[in-house]
Amino acid sequence: MHETMIAQSLLAAISEEAKKQNARPISAKISCGTLNAVNDEILCFAFEAAAKGTPCEGIKLQIEHKALQAQCKNCKQNFDIKLSNPKCPVCNDDDFELLPDAPLLLEEIEFSTVLGTPDGGHPTVETD
Amino acid sequence: MQTKKSIGKKILSANEECAIKNSRILSERKKLCLNMISSPGSGKTTILHRTISELKGKIRIGVIEGDIQTDLDAEKIRKTGAPAIQINTNGACHLSAAQVSRALKQLPLDDLDLIFIENVGNLVCPSAFELGETGKVAVLSVAEGDDKPAKYPAIFARAKALLINKIDMLQTGGRVDFDIERVKRDVCKLNKTIEIFPISAKTGEGMRNWYDWLLKSTKDILS
Repeated sequence: MHETMIAQSLLAAISEEAKKQNARPISAKISCGTLNAVNDEILCFAFEAAAKGTPCEGIKLQIEHKALQAQCKNCKQNFDIKLSNPKCPVCNDDDFELLPDAPLLLEEIEFSTVLGTPDGGHPTVETD
Repeated sequence: MQTKKSIGKKILSANEECAIKNSRILSERKKLCLNMISSPGSGKTTILHRTISELKGKIRIGVIEGDIQTDLDAEKIRKTGAPAIQINTNGACHLSAAQVSRALKQLPLDDLDLIFIENVGNLVCPSAFELGETGKVAVLSVAEGDDKPAKYPAIFARAKALLINKIDMLQTGGRVDFDIERVKRDVCKLNKTIEIFPISAKTGEGMRNWYDWLLKSTKDILS
């Protein structure tokens, strides 16, 4: 349920960038680590609710989950760790060090650009 | 036409910046600050109540209480004579660094050695939000089941200490199946440096080891 606060922070970040670019955002790509425990469905729902009535309403969110990594102390290999069965997939050793989890990042925003038509007519805004 | 713009901004940067400020205030003043995280009903408030009462004269403790509603917990803590600030999150499932920052300003920091933050009862959300604390302490009560570290690993992977509470329920004739060794195994796989204290805040069993760890940790901060 902490997705609500994440959604509000995300909305603030996208709105700020949209203002800077003076363009309408249509989608955003974010990434998160395993320990952020982000549930996609809840985050999208919370974002939709937070964005209602703002220029960010209707934005599509793309969420990439980055695996938590560990380094095996035996064979020094970095590997994606399965928290339910944590051990090195190469040498099966369970002595490892957890590496820092990926942060919650706003990676990319896709904007719809306002275009002037070639014959100098009214500009059109592309909708999704 | 559509254009893509690469951003690379931390979504929770506002919370993180505030957490760094809190951390700076605490470390400059050499205060130990522990963020207690658990499910509701694991016994965090009872643990704090007993800890404050029994360490009176040894460590000066203040508490920041996080709950969705009411100031029942802060009232309980104040009965020990310790200062307690209640934060009501009004629905939010975790504390934020800004809320803790405001609470820190209300506590008499100069008269304290240790500040406990009792987070909102929730085993998942609070561990995603740094508050500026020195460390996190997870609490798991035996009635919740010994599979919780395997099912909810995030907090157990990050905590400096784990209190396994209500071990008095495991005595002969008890109705709770809980394998402490399984919990230790599961937690230590993810977190090699965690300190694990099986306790009963009700009977006092095992609390001595927890107190010794607190005494040592407050001393370490000062040196």
